[in-house]
Amino acid sequence: MPYDYKPLPYSAPPGLSGPEPRHRVVVVGAGPVGLAMALDLARLGIASVVLEDKSSVTIGSRAIVWSERSLQLFARLGIVDQVMARAVPWSIARISHGDEEIFSFDMAGTAAGRFPPFANLQQYHIEDILIARALAEPLIDLRFRNRLTGVDPDGTGVELSVKTPDGPYRLSADYLLACDGARSLTRALMDLDFEGEFYEERFLVADIEMEADFPAERWFWFDPSFHSGQSAMLMPQADNVYRIDLQLGRLANAGEEARPDRVIPRIQAVVGPDFDLEWVSIYTFQSRRLAEFVHGRVIFLGDAAHLVPPFSARGANGGLRDVENLGWKLAAVLEGRADERLLDSYNRERVQAADENLRDSARAASFISPAPGVERLFRDQVLALARETAFAREWVNAGRLAVPCIYATGAPDDLLLPDEARPGAAAPEARIGNGWLLDQIGPGPTLLAINCAAPDGLQIPTLSVRADPTLRTRYLGDAERALYLIRPDLVVAARWVTAESRAVSAAIRAMWEGRE
Amino acid sequence: MKLITAPNLPDHDGFLAELLAAHRGLSDAESQALNARLILILANHVGDRETLTEALDLARGR
Ligand SMILES: Cc1cc2nc3c(=O)[nH]c(=O)nc-3n(C[C@H](O)[C@H](O)[C@H](O)COP(=O)(O)OP(=O)(O)OC[C@H]3O[C@@H](n4cnc5c(N)ncnc54)[C@H](O)[C@@H]3O)c2cc1C
Repeated sequence: MPYDYKPLPYSAPPGLSGPEPRHRVVVVGAGPVGLAMALDLARLGIASVVLEDKSSVTIGSRAIVWSERSLQLFARLGIVDQVMARAVPWSIARISHGDEEIFSFDMAGTAAGRFPPFANLQQYHIEDILIARALAEPLIDLRFRNRLTGVDPDGTGVELSVKTPDGPYRLSADYLLACDGARSLTRALMDLDFEGEFYEERFLVADIEMEADFPAERWFWFDPSFHSGQSAMLMPQADNVYRIDLQLGRLANAGEEARPDRVIPRIQAVVGPDFDLEWVSIYTFQSRRLAEFVHGRVIFLGDAAHLVPPFSARGANGGLRDVENLGWKLAAVLEGRADERLLDSYNRERVQAADENLRDSARAASFISPAPGVERLFRDQVLALARETAFAREWVNAGRLAVPCIYATGAPDDLLLPDEARPGAAAPEARIGNGWLLDQIGPGPTLLAINCAAPDGLQIPTLSVRADPTLRTRYLGDAERALYLIRPDLVVAARWVTAESRAVSAAIRAMWEGRE
Repeated sequence: MKLITAPNLPDHDGFLAELLAAHRGLSDAESQALNARLILILANHVGDRETLTEALDLARGR
């Protein structure tokens, strides 16, 4: 059954009949990023208005791969059970050269076990789930068919113009969070440059529905006989829908290639004749970002801030990392618990992350579609060697799947403790008792005391645990005990094998000041 | 410098002959492919990023 795009509810906003009180936060865009942003703020007690132009969820599957870290965020937002009830978990990726599989790898070991490393679910399903949750949340005022048309920022807030089916109105807000996607109008209205590269390579992406028993794995082909000279990818989604990506080469004509009489034979060559074509789109690789994500009271997140080729699950997942990074900081600034400068650390950290994503996706793009000549030569020889030797497999880049960025920081650290959990890194998940470690951290910062007592006199919630084998591997390494300061976004802020309360207080202060 | 530039290879004449013999009878494209594979194999064997950057610099005449 094709997905049923139901109209989203619209009612005339109060601003049409008289001025609205000033809002603390207006979010523009109810894609995955804007919706998750409003929910994360609501969780921290901050109300927001969300403006969304469209009248149904996004058309086509678009982002389908959700990483372990995104599933953890969905857990904090209270929707992970609904997501996992529909999603297709997977961990195995297979790589073929020509028609022969050259190797496969399993990423199950990278996850803690609560969630798979990746789960596939169409973006429209994710949006459905997020929308239902947001509509039930009293702190979120979600307004469909409300199109932002004007942005007028000053040092202390933003004046907005909005268009609805019943006419225009105005809003004012302390902060505007621009989650309005790749073609961000906010970006255009503020005259901001979107810097980076376009690639000439065109890709065809299609959703097909079929009864098939393809395993829940990611299949990638370099130069298969069914699509000679190009690459192809196949992945399962929910409801017997599969995603197919086909490289079309440089300067393919997008309009021509998207016609069903062109698309259907290409897909038949991959999966045979029994399928229904649900959605087709043509895209080009782009690696671009804004120079700065924070512009006074206007803050950019998701595709509005940065755009990467979609092969490595970095688009939507990267946007969700923006959300969790900003949420606690903005909440603290709005409630007067932190100085506005804390928001500079959002800019610094997420620009670093975007640059990593841009660099990695540019490398993947050049491996998937190498320039003729020496790039192609080395690509093909890596593939030739990968058949027999393990070392060459490390070079095969069919899109390195996203892992969270480790933020640069000079915070207190101890080299006895494992690298994986160093300051700036995402706090690893581990089982404790019958539950999970990360469930017990937050919503504020938390001091995690492993095999020791926290120093006296600290004004911060402490979680004391005894180390079992996984906790030991992930958090202790060669040490017998440790203290970890964990930020509300579940990033390690600082850590010690032994510490006095003064050192810990200093690290807490540095965290609230957003110091590097 | 981590890169060894003093003589370090026993039977260097023998190696050069073996290398050239491996290329004998190959087309230009096959030779290039062989060289590329060899570079990748040796780079992994060297296993040291700094040494490899120094080797690249030397090869480029810097
Ligand atoms: C064809 C295609 C395939 C993709 N495949 C993948 C994939 O496989 N994996 C992956 O990770 N990513 C993929 N992506 C990218 C992924 O969809 C995006 O990274 C993700 O949707 C970004 O989320 P977002 O919320 O930032 O932006 P969007 O999802 O684009 O949401 C922006 C929202 O803002 C609204 N909006 C825009 N302007 C206004 C305005 N003026 N007023 C009010 N509302 C406005 C839009 O209607 C939209 O709902 C794909 C994208 C495309 C187009």
